[in-house]
Amino acid sequence: MSVVQKQGKILSNLEVAPSIFLLNLGLPQVAETAQPGQFVHLRIGPLSDPLLRRPFSIHRTKPEEAKVSILYQVVGRGTKLLSQRCSGEKLDCLGPLGRGFAIPKVAGQFILVAGGIGIAPLIFLAETLLRKMGNGKWEVEKEKRKKMEVVFLMGAASTEYILPESELLSWGAAVEVATDDGSKGHRGPVTDLLTRQMDRSVASCHIFACGPEGMLKEVAQIAGQQKIPCQICLEQRMACGVGACLGCVVKTRSGYRRVCVDGPVFPAGEVIFE
Amino acid sequence: MRPDLSVNIAGIRLKNPVLAASGTFGYGTEYADLVDINRLGGLVTKAITLEPREGSPPPRTVETAAGMLNAIGLANVGVDAFIKEKMPLLHKFNTAVIVNVAGSTIAEYVEVVRRLDGCQGIDGLEINISCPNVKQGGFLFGSDPQTAAKVIGETRKVTSLPLIAKLTPNVTDIVSIARATEEAGADAISLINTLLGMTINVETKRPKLANVTGGLSGPAIKPVALVMVWKVAGAVKVPVVGIGGILSGKDALEFLLTGASVVQVGTGNFVDPQCMMKIIHGLEQYCQEKGIAKISEIVGTLEVEK
Ligand SMILES: Cc1cc2nc3c(=O)[nH]c(=O)nc-3n(C[C@H](O)[C@H](O)[C@H](O)COP(=O)(O)OP(=O)(O)OC[C@H]3O[C@@H](n4cnc5c(N)ncnc54)[C@H](O)[C@@H]3O)c2cc1C
Ligand SMILES: Cc1cc2nc3c(=O)[nH]c(=O)nc-3n(C[C@H](O)[C@H](O)[C@H](O)COP(=O)(O)O)c2cc1C
Repeated sequence: MSVVQKQGKILSNLEVAPSIFLLNLGLPQVAETAQPGQFVHLRIGPLSDPLLRRPFSIHRTKPEEAKVSILYQVVGRGTKLLSQRCSGEKLDCLGPLGRGFAIPKVAGQFILVAGGIGIAPLIFLAETLLRKMGNGKWEVEKEKRKKMEVVFLMGAASTEYILPESELLSWGAAVEVATDDGSKGHRGPVTDLLTRQMDRSVASCHIFACGPEGMLKEVAQIAGQQKIPCQICLEQRMACGVGACLGCVVKTRSGYRRVCVDGPVFPAGEVIFE
Repeated sequence: MRPDLSVNIAGIRLKNPVLAASGTFGYGTEYADLVDINRLGGLVTKAITLEPREGSPPPRTVETAAGMLNAIGLANVGVDAFIKEKMPLLHKFNTAVIVNVAGSTIAEYVEVVRRLDGCQGIDGLEINISCPNVKQGGFLFGSDPQTAAKVIGETRKVTSLPLIAKLTPNVTDIVSIARATEEAGADAISLINTLLGMTINVETKRPKLANVTGGLSGPAIKPVALVMVWKVAGAVKVPVVGIGGILSGKDALEFLLTGASVVQVGTGNFVDPQCMMKIIHGLEQYCQEKGIAKISEIVGTLEVEK
C-alpha cells in the first residue's frame, strides 16, 4: 500500500462544534487503502508561509464515494487558514501515512478512549471494528461471542463537543461520556470512566486511546496495571511525514522512534512519558 | 532541442544539477513511493558518524516564518550499519550517491571516510564541518580556517573519492574558510548549512526546541545563502554547490547565475515531495526559452554593475 501525493478536492469544510471543523476531501486512492490510525499530511496553501504541511488523522473514509474526512481543531495559524479554505478548492495531500492501529486477531471487548480532538482517528477505528463484528467473519471462540463489544469512552470539555454519539450508538457501540464541566455524562476526566470500566471488563479486552499526552500517560498506566494490551496514537511536531527527516521522534523503550512511520500508533507499554 | 542539463562536478557526473540535501532525504528509500529518484541529479545522505547516534530529545523541529528550525542532533545508524543495510538499497538507484560525513574528532572523520572509501556505489563524500546542533559535531570544525583545512586534509589522505566540504554560514568570514578547504584538497564546496536560531514559547517561557537552539532552513535563509555562494564562487576555483531555501526552478536559477554549479534542495522536499522534479522541469524550460544548449553555460553569468 503505497503513499500517494494527490490534489484532494474540498467537498466541504464546516464548523461542527466551536472551533472544530469537519473537512471532506475527494481522495480516491487514500479512501481505498487507509487504515484506522493512519494520517494525511496536508499542505494548507500554495505559498511558503506557513511552510510545512500539517498532519491530521483520518477520521472517516467512504471508499464508495472516494471520500476522506478529517476532524480538526483550530489551534494556531495553520489550522485557522485551513478553516478558511472553501469547497471546490484543492488541497495537496500526502497519504495514507504511518502505522495505524493493529486490529487484534481474536475478537473481544474493545475499549476506545478519546480525549478531545483525539476522537478523530477513533471513529474510523470504531467503525472498522464494528463492521468486522457485524459481518461475523471474526475469529472468535463461541462462548466468547456474546462478549464481543465496542465500548467508546468519550471525554470532552463540554456537551457541545460530543458529536458522534448517536451515530456510534446506531452502529452498536456502547458509549459513555465524561465532560470537564459536567454538562454531559460524568464530570471529570475520561480516565475515570476507564478505571470504572476496568471492574467490568472481560478476559480478552483491548484498549485503544488517542488524546492529550497527560491522558494517554494515565491510560497507559491503567492498562499496564491491569495487564491489558493497549495501543495509543501519538502526536509530535512533524516535518517530512515519511520518515526521512527524523524530526518527529518520541522516546520509547527501544530508543527514539518516528511518529510518522514507526507510529503514530504505538503499544502503550513501549512509550516513555516524561 | 532538449537542453543538456548534465553537469560534471568534482569528477562526479550528474544527470542534472539538482540534488537532495543531507538530512532531508533520509537514506534515499523514504521518498521512493513519491519521487522518481532515478530522475534526480543525485542525493546526499543523512550525516553518517562512526557510531550510531540517538540524536537530540524532542521536540526536534519547529516552524518559523517561511522556514523551520531543526535540532536532530545527527541521529544516524552509524557507518557500519550504513554500509551494510542502507548502501545496497541506495546503490540500486540510478543517481549519484553522495555520503555526508560528520564526526566529533578529526580522527572520527578520518575513520568514517576510510570505511566508506572501499564501499561500492558511493560517488562522493560531503564532509559536514557545519552542523550547528551538536557541540562537537562539526560546527566547531567549520568555524575556523585552520581546523576546517585540517579535517579536509586528513580525510583527503585516506580516500580517492571526490570530497565536498560543506560549510557553515555561522562565521564572520566564509571566504577564508572556503579557501582553506580548497587548499587542503576539497574538490568542491557546498554551502550553506543551516543558520543558528531559536524560538520561544512566551506562555511557558521556554524554548520551543528541546535543544534550545536549532538550525534555520527554508525560504527564510535564501538571501543569506545566495550572498555566501556569490562571495565563495568568486574566490575559489573549485565548483560550488548552492544550498538554502530553494523551492522552485527560479530559486535554483538564482544560485546557478550567482556561481553555483549545482544546487541541493532540503526543506523544499518537506513542503512538496515533487519540488525537485519541478525544479528540474523549470531549469529545462528556462534553457529552452532562452535558447541555452547546456545548463553549465549559465553558471556564474550574473551581471553586476561595477
Ligand atoms: C499524526 C498526527 C495526527 C494528528 N491528527 C489530528 C487530528 O485528527 N485533528 C487535529 O485537530 N489535530 C491533529 N493533529 C495535530 C495537528 O497536526 C496540529 O494541531 C496542527 O499541525 C497545528 O497547526 P497550527 O498551524 O494550527 O498550529 P501552530 O500555530 O503551529 O501550533 C499550535 C499548537 O499546535 C501544536 N502543533 C503544531 N504543529 C504540530 C504538529 N506538526 N504536530 C503536532 N502538533 C503540532 C503545537 O504544539 C502548538 O501547541 C495531529 C498531529 C499528528 C502528528
Ligand atoms: C531536518 C534537517 C536535517 C538536516 N541534517 C543535515 C545533516 O545531517 N548534515 C548536513 O550536512 N546538513 C543537514 N541539514 C542541512 C541541509 O542539508 C541544508 O544545508 C539546509 O537545510 C539548507 O537548505 P534548505 O533551506 O533547502 O533546507 C539538515 C537540514 C534539515 C532541515
